[in-house]
Amino acid sequence: MNELSLSLSCPVPLPAGDRILLAHGGGGRLMHQLLEMVFLPAFANAPLEARHDGAVVTVNGVRLAFTTDSYVVRPLVFPGGNIGDLAVNGTVNDLAMCGARPLYLSAGFILEEGLAMETLRLVTASMRAAAERAGVALVTGDTKVVDQGKGDGIFINTAGIGLVECAGEIGPAAVRPGDAVLLSGDLGAHGVAVLSVREGLEFESPIVSDTAPLWEPVEAMLKAGIEIHCLRDLTRGGLASALNEIADVRRLAIRIEEAAVPVEEAVKGACEILGLDPLYVANEGRFVAFVPEAQAEAALAALGRRAVRIGTVLDDPSAVVILHSRIGGHRVLDLLSGEQLPRIC
Amino acid sequence: MCLAVPGKIVNLLDDSDPALRRATVDFAGVRKEVSLAFTPEAAAGDYVLVHVGFALSVVDEAEAEKIFEYLREMQELEDAGESPP
Amino acid sequence: MKFIDEYRDREAAARLAQAIRRLVRRPWTIMEVCGGQTHTILKSGLEELLPPEITLVHGPGCPVCVTPVELIDKAVAIASEPSVVFCSFGDMLRVPGSTHSLFDAKAAGADVRIVYSPLDALKLARANPRREVVFFAVGFETTAPANAMAVWQAAREGLANFSVLVAHVLVPPAMAVILNSADCRVQAFLAPGHVCTVMGYEEYESLAARYRVPIVVTGFEPLDLLEGLRMAIAQLESGRAEVENQYSRSVRRQGNRAARQRIAEVFEVSSRRWRGIGEIPSSGLRLREPYRRFDAETRFALRALEAADSTDCIAGLVLQGLRRPPECPVFATRCTPERPLGAPMVSSEGACAAYYLYRHYERA
Repeated sequence: MNELSLSLSCPVPLPAGDRILLAHGGGGRLMHQLLEMVFLPAFANAPLEARHDGAVVTVNGVRLAFTTDSYVVRPLVFPGGNIGDLAVNGTVNDLAMCGARPLYLSAGFILEEGLAMETLRLVTASMRAAAERAGVALVTGDTKVVDQGKGDGIFINTAGIGLVECAGEIGPAAVRPGDAVLLSGDLGAHGVAVLSVREGLEFESPIVSDTAPLWEPVEAMLKAGIEIHCLRDLTRGGLASALNEIADVRRLAIRIEEAAVPVEEAVKGACEILGLDPLYVANEGRFVAFVPEAQAEAALAALGRRAVRIGTVLDDPSAVVILHSRIGGHRVLDLLSGEQLPRIC
Repeated sequence: MCLAVPGKIVNLLDDSDPALRRATVDFAGVRKEVSLAFTPEAAAGDYVLVHVGFALSVVDEAEAEKIFEYLREMQELEDAGESPP
Repeated sequence: MKFIDEYRDREAAARLAQAIRRLVRRPWTIMEVCGGQTHTILKSGLEELLPPEITLVHGPGCPVCVTPVELIDKAVAIASEPSVVFCSFGDMLRVPGSTHSLFDAKAAGADVRIVYSPLDALKLARANPRREVVFFAVGFETTAPANAMAVWQAAREGLANFSVLVAHVLVPPAMAVILNSADCRVQAFLAPGHVCTVMGYEEYESLAARYRVPIVVTGFEPLDLLEGLRMAIAQLESGRAEVENQYSRSVRRQGNRAARQRIAEVFEVSSRRWRGIGEIPSSGLRLREPYRRFDAETRFALRALEAADSTDCIAGLVLQGLRRPPECPVFATRCTPERPLGAPMVSSEGACAAYYLYRHYERA
């Protein structure tokens, strides 16, 4: 058949560092590096330096939160939702994580030639329903179409504006040693739901994406008078990535109790089969909150019965995230280089 | 190597050719079709260890219990004030 | 989850650790062979529960770690062919070849897909008759029955567009190499429970006798590992050197007959190069003659290839337990998880990756 000659002196070998890899979008260490080495230096300014999900800017004395996010998920439709739900909730949540009431969204669509109109209608209907549920209006948008083969069906970018309703600054900089780390609910549902329909890995499961708007619980904490230091919604890279990002920016270590982290049985089953660690699996409707130790109980009461305390911020500049394991040992939870892959070993 | 996960056989499929015998196996609510080509003795209700889509063994529940028996014995000895061997 | 949760019980773990502490009189060095066992040890911080006299050395039981560089290069070459759909387990995607990994090839446009089972690759072959589907058949004996079955089914169906790139390795010869080394510090082994589920443990009896080392066939959950260690230490302290079976809920002495039969029908034992260690005779599997038409190396007529391991990488010494990663001159400097020079830094249970993770954290 074909003779392949693998010449090790092939012209212009591609060193891995000169190209964008899928891993650069994975929410892990490589994406982090991309931000630090390419984007942040290009656009340096104070709100960007805060390295938080959204930017808080002041206009005529009024504090507004402003954020953007792009949605490239495949498959477009998965158990519990579709790209439209993510596009609305994701941006709504970035605003909520700034302590801002989400108000208005824009949506930019990049559609692939050949996309079924029915799919577009489904996605649009989901966006409308999600926007209603989140209390936001989609007030402006844009559409472009690219050649077949140049896009994954639909790419959506949404940007959002919200009104900041908390008195202080919410962000990594406000985190203090001794702060309680709270988690709003169980982990891993979104990532597993998406994998359950991915070719080559499919399995039958009752798991649906946890995509949801998160302003309500944040508002509940604010109304209860909680001095929220930091909020972060968990997306790609899961809980471990979010904690690492905050630990890294704030230069404080965080300790987490494995036994305290809730994972639904079916999610656990799926992760066991695929060799995935739930701490790194994507979520779309969960967040962590850093609050003063003294207010931990009150904050949990405001968040509702699914929320739990999972750990504490340490007075330690090593900025590692330490997991106290179920059997009593310790492990460092590091940022992954790229996205977590299923394994057999 | 290697990840093999215990799951419960809930439904047998394709019984005719032993090499193609499969089952639906349940892992805490997640279900996958698994080949029973290497566990011809497996029956519905059994737990099997599954690796890359194949059951490699039927879990011996009596053997599985042994470590817990040993731990219980240790506990009893301790409670009785004796030092376990 | 049944047969998982109860083996992760904190109190039970503490009691087993206590039993170990009561047994230990002298320092001992024990190697767990399988990468999956290493994974549990690292994930659960199990070593902290052990008395300081016990040193654990992480063995070469990780297919990522032992697949030779030239095989990755061949995988990349095949995957880069436009007609090919290259299927692999996730573990292999980040392993560096001479210049590229499969992940790099995917970034450059190759159709590389992660699958859960070789049967998924067969499905793809049936569904895409005009594409060449190639499956990366990597692993120890645990995965060999599944891969054998896939080839056997392809032969039965007369699938013309399916082939496998074989990289199977066997555990006992690797253990023999470790034991033969003049610097061998390992005094007992925890043998891989899932490999033994397939192969049984008769082969380990001659190793235990010849080298006078206890070998305990061990499972993968924290309680399994603690129990396996307890049994190994009990043997060491009393001067015994036998094969014992901790993982009796899955392993029988003769293993899984149907699986062994299928392996014997499709594969035969051959010599294999192990990354960082070199060639070990009779340490691998290759397709038997009646199935050789499914061999990807033959089908794609790849010329015999010599690829050197990175000269800076001391993976071989690390894999055999002869050096600790921090003793490597390029550890955490030129060799990191993002830019790994060798497999123990790529693999999540590679010793180097593990040490890298803990470099800032001093465990109490």
